Amino acid sequence: MLKYIGKRVLLMIPVVLGISFILFTIMEFSPGDPARIILGDYATQEQVDELREEMGLNDAFLVRYGRYVLNAAQGDFGKSYRSNSPVVGEIAARFPVTLKISLMAIMIAVLIGIPVGIISAVKQYSFADILSTMAALLFTSIPAFWLGLLLIMFLSVQHHILPSVGSDTWKHLIMPSLSLAAAQMATIIRMTRSTMLEVIRQDYIRTAKAKGASSRRVVFHHAIKNALLPVITTVGLSVSNLLGGALIIENVFGISGLGTVMVNSVKSKDTPLLLGSVMFAAVVAGFVNLGVDVLYTYVDPRIKAQFVKKTKRQGAGT
Amino acid sequence: MTEGKRLPQGKVKKRSQLKEIWLRFRKNKLAMFGLILFLALVLMALSAGFFLDYDTDVVKMNMKDRLLSPNAQHWFGTDHYGRDVLARIVWGSRISLVVGLYTVGIAMTVGGAIGAVSGYFGGTVDMVLMRIMDIFLALPGTILAVAIVGALGPGLFNVLLAMSMCRIPQFARIVRSSVISLRGQEFVEAAKACGTKNSRIIMRHIMPNAIGPLVVQATLNMATTILGVAGLSFIGLGIEPPMPEWGSMLSEARDQMWYHPYLMWIPGIFIMLAVLSLNLIGDGLRDALDPRMKN
Repeated sequence: MLKYIGKRVLLMIPVVLGISFILFTIMEFSPGDPARIILGDYATQEQVDELREEMGLNDAFLVRYGRYVLNAAQGDFGKSYRSNSPVVGEIAARFPVTLKISLMAIMIAVLIGIPVGIISAVKQYSFADILSTMAALLFTSIPAFWLGLLLIMFLSVQHHILPSVGSDTWKHLIMPSLSLAAAQMATIIRMTRSTMLEVIRQDYIRTAKAKGASSRRVVFHHAIKNALLPVITTVGLSVSNLLGGALIIENVFGISGLGTVMVNSVKSKDTPLLLGSVMFAAVVAGFVNLGVDVLYTYVDPRIKAQFVKKTKRQGAGT
Repeated sequence: MTEGKRLPQGKVKKRSQLKEIWLRFRKNKLAMFGLILFLALVLMALSAGFFLDYDTDVVKMNMKDRLLSPNAQHWFGTDHYGRDVLARIVWGSRISLVVGLYTVGIAMTVGGAIGAVSGYFGGTVDMVLMRIMDIFLALPGTILAVAIVGALGPGLFNVLLAMSMCRIPQFARIVRSSVISLRGQEFVEAAKACGTKNSRIIMRHIMPNAIGPLVVQATLNMATTILGVAGLSFIGLGIEPPMPEWGSMLSEARDQMWYHPYLMWIPGIFIMLAVLSLNLIGDGLRDALDPRMKN
């Protein structure tokens, strides 16, 4: 198992390298001189040229990229052009808020999505099923930022229940998490419903029913375990979506998290900050997906069995 | 579809299959609702040029009529520059649909080609191409789009480019997996034995059989593209004002939403309807193409 995890972590390296290369290239095309950005509009051309030389901006593209990668490998992701503070510190300061919203969103999506999906499948074609299917359809189609605006309008402006902007207390995080969660929740409802419906028709469920197990036991003991397996993957994938969604949601609620860092660094051509934050997001998403895959092997004995057999055989061979 | 080729009346058989899919699709009330909704939006977009002039009706400011609530003359009211919201919504449908269609078109062509080559040839080609796709997939789509638009600058063309780049890997993967499942089939081997060129085998024998999941993905992808473009425009990294993109209309409405909530409701509802219609069509198509999948 450790070997597998190690291999997956190692495989992340080329992916992150690739991402950094793509972004480095993209930012190369963007107009604007970093030295000019740092010094501001009032600096003389000589000062700009001097700084360019000092920063090594006159070197060839690949030389600069190579230098960036070498520094990054030693944990030095450079300094932000705008604030002149280290990129690592900036990300460490901003990520916790994004993490909080994303975790809350995942929890909301899972805690509502899975039970609703199960009820929807068990009571297929009932009123509850139709209602939840409709709700899921609606929530996949609503733009998250619009949902956020609507929530602000109802809960902050008209009823003063929740604060609208900022991220000081947990109350501030409810609306952003809800808006982020909606689409993921809808996906989870639909996924749970369809896998559950598939499982319910299996022979072993009929057997369980035939031997007189109560319908509650059939659902909770026999069906759920198998039905939830694909749902786990969906939850893992939604983390990546949440990080992307945070870009826009943080803007709606005036939260200065990782998403805001990315948007601002793009707008202000702050290449080191953009590269650092995007690579960080990719690594987070990568580790979440790895975690999901590992969890999968534990939850599904069939995969685990496969894995154990394989390692044993390999062990015997060597 | 492959069966049809062997029959002497192959073409007839092919048509009947399409018809069968249509019959199944038609039975699905939600999907039909989505189709009608979508066609209505398309009609709206197409007719926009006939009774609206972009310069005078859509983008020209008219400060004396600013922020009028919906009334008989301005059905959806006017915005803070006194522009008729209905006219902007109608024109906005053009932008959303055009960006959606082009994005999916480009992504499907490029991604489909990559996926087909990757799946058909396998080996090193496959590995290299798929690793590159993995890099793109590791990034959340919105982030990649933001980076590309940020570097190239906002605007219709750059948004289109950014959105298509983000969607390429998804199409590549889908096509690749269909091609892999098809390439070992007898009819492909038969074609090979006849000395058919690889490009012809892919285009004429494999792709027609792989088109189903591709169409479903394209429809659903168009929905997410419309959402994505609206989101980008909302944070100021998409279509730029004064072009009436629905997301940027919402962004402009933010300062007015306390006193003029209709400015916020209307564009949002239209984004939702467009996305909903495509999602319904996509779901319906999936069920119609593969009846076994339907619950």
